[in-house]
Amino acid sequence: MLLYILKRIVSAISVVIVTLVASFALFFLAPTDPAGVICGPRCTPTRLADIEQSLNLDEPPLEQIGSYMKGLVVGRDFTSGGVTQHCDAPCMGYSYTLGQPVTKLLKQAFPVTLSIVLGGAVVYLSVGILAGTIAAQRRGTTLDKVTVGTTLVVNSFPYFVLALLVALYATFLPQTGYHSFLDNPLLWASGLVAAWLTLGLANAAAYTRYSRASMIESLGQDFVRTARSKGVPHRRVVYRHGLRAALTPVATIFGIDLAFQLTNAIFTESIFGLPGLGMLTLRAFAQYDLPTLLGSVFVGSVALVLMNLLVDIAYTFLDPRVRLG
Amino acid sequence: MTDQTTRAPQTVARAARAKRANEEPYLEVSDLHVQFPTADGLVRAVQGLSYSLPLGRTLAIVGESGSGKSVSSMAVLGLHDAKTARISGSIKVGGREITGLSERALESYRGVDAAMIFQDPQSSLHPYFTVGDQIMEAYRTHRRVSKRAAKARAVEMLDRVGIPNPRRRVDNYPHEFSGGMRQRAMIAMALVNDPKLLIADEPTTALDVTVQAQILDLITDLQRDFGSAVVFITHDLGVVAEIADDILVMYAGSAIEQGPVEKVLGTPLHPYSWGLLESVPALTGEPAPLHPIPGTPPSLLAVPSGCAFHPRCEFRDRVPQDRCRTLKPDLLARTADPGHTSRCHLHEPDQVFQTDISPRLP
Ligand SMILES: Nc1ncnc2c1ncn2[C@@H]1O[C@H](COP(=O)(O)OP(=O)(O)OP(=O)(O)O)[C@@H](O)[C@H]1O
Ligand code: SF4
Ligand SMILES: [Mg+2]
Repeated sequence: MLLYILKRIVSAISVVIVTLVASFALFFLAPTDPAGVICGPRCTPTRLADIEQSLNLDEPPLEQIGSYMKGLVVGRDFTSGGVTQHCDAPCMGYSYTLGQPVTKLLKQAFPVTLSIVLGGAVVYLSVGILAGTIAAQRRGTTLDKVTVGTTLVVNSFPYFVLALLVALYATFLPQTGYHSFLDNPLLWASGLVAAWLTLGLANAAAYTRYSRASMIESLGQDFVRTARSKGVPHRRVVYRHGLRAALTPVATIFGIDLAFQLTNAIFTESIFGLPGLGMLTLRAFAQYDLPTLLGSVFVGSVALVLMNLLVDIAYTFLDPRVRLG
Repeated sequence: MTDQTTRAPQTVARAARAKRANEEPYLEVSDLHVQFPTADGLVRAVQGLSYSLPLGRTLAIVGESGSGKSVSSMAVLGLHDAKTARISGSIKVGGREITGLSERALESYRGVDAAMIFQDPQSSLHPYFTVGDQIMEAYRTHRRVSKRAAKARAVEMLDRVGIPNPRRRVDNYPHEFSGGMRQRAMIAMALVNDPKLLIADEPTTALDVTVQAQILDLITDLQRDFGSAVVFITHDLGVVAEIADDILVMYAGSAIEQGPVEKVLGTPLHPYSWGLLESVPALTGEPAPLHPIPGTPPSLLAVPSGCAFHPRCEFRDRVPQDRCRTLKPDLLARTADPGHTSRCHLHEPDQVFQTDISPRLP
């Protein structure tokens, strides 16, 4: 098991490196001119050269990748206008436009996105699994049909429309905004409630249907009949025997969903004005801020491989038949 | 299935059990109907089934796939969903009426008075819980005992059903057991509350031949020790001869022949039973030609009129006035023996068997 995890971490790291190198190459093939953007309209050739040098844009691409990787692992020095600045590991360079270390920007943005995504997950998991379980038990009844119908309607709205509707109509919700959890948990929660509800309700529809389908399958299994034949009370049959088996496939979907939501929270963030990873990436994209973009790519790929690994490890706890190795 | 040496003591045991046969029935099924309303129409899975079974005896229920063996037995445990199954008639277990009981009352009955083991032990055990956990659950559902006591009981039961090293095995998951061991564990779980009635629904069909024999021996052993009533559902007439006292042959949801095992297998009275016998491959001697019953089992949505077997019966022309097609025969004694009944219009069926069928048998 430990050896397996070690192997997986090594392969995860190589996936991240490949992603970084590929993005790096793509950005350099793109006809962008970051130094020109920074220099602005009243640019002089010497200033342009100075900027290019400070951004290491004068080095050949391969060397740039090399120093970027080195920065990630041990940190690196940047020289600009005769002043040398040390950037601690994991260094991802400085934002072209904000002049701040990318690592610092990511460190500020990541908790925002993580808070949105995890809070939303609590909402859609509890609503979805509960509604799915109840619908599965009452399969074919009006309640079941209404539930399934509702999920289809909710899912047919584009996500940003749902978010806009919540933003426009749910005005009774507290003012949105991000506050650090460590400073004031209550303020943190109240600023995120609207985002949680939006993300939660939109995904609850899908999770209701996943859980319902999974639960219908598991309630039809022979082991459920065995539990009933032992005289196990109905509730316990449903929740201990049925739900336990139904959750494993739902957990798999959840792991992958979580990784994607971490990198795709852009609508939620921009509509509710929460300065998360999505906002950071969007701004960087509009301004050719390559180091920041690359930083987002890095976080995104790490999140994906990490969630994949976590799902696989979680599987060994969820299903005793699964052996890693 | 098993060899001669294991057969002998069982015959003795059967004789001993037969002595107690006059006792009051522990299980009494009368005029049981089970129907499922479906989109295609009403599925009449069981139609007027009656039988009774005293403690200490084994009743084998045989019949083709879809004849209602499982549906009728699940009704005995009250396992049908009231929303999807319509049940009428009476099922009495230990004098108590089971049909119409509330789900709550059924929960305290299941596993205590009657227990069931199923065909496929692999899918019948929960893959995510240990074997011990599942046995303990069966025990603790009906008794207020500590986990420790329940675990001790689980170990004891595993030991009783012949699982080696039960103290260690109790913590295994079902996938760590072999097929035969899983079925042993299922039996341990079913018997953990000492039920007086055990229903075994094709418990050996999914197992290897050698393991089958061991499981049969185990069930006969346990029955002798606990004196319980056993309903044994099977396709295999060899198994029936091995363990049963009585046979009930089912066709299209009804009993078509019923009686003590030596009678029904020795001189069967119903053309469908003859077909079953003829389709059994000979166990010993030269391979005899196999005669499968012609045609297919009837649809339970539209059971044939008169005798349900008439479309497949080669003897229907021997019954005058086309009665086979128009009049459903009653389950009656057709010979001098009142304990041996059959649902067929044929005159002197024992004679027909001797002259027409017997020579064709291997
Ligand atoms: N819930 C249900 N809804 C509709 N039809 C059902 C239902 N359960 C069983 N049946 C039907 O009832 C009939 C009898 O089924 P049953 O399982 O009792 O057969 P069986 O004699 O046990 O056959 P096998 O030897 O294959 O186990 C079958 O035709 C089956 O399709
Ligand atoms: S009643 Fe007629 S059709 Fe039915 S089994 Fe007897 S002979 Fe055959
Ligand atoms: Mg069956």
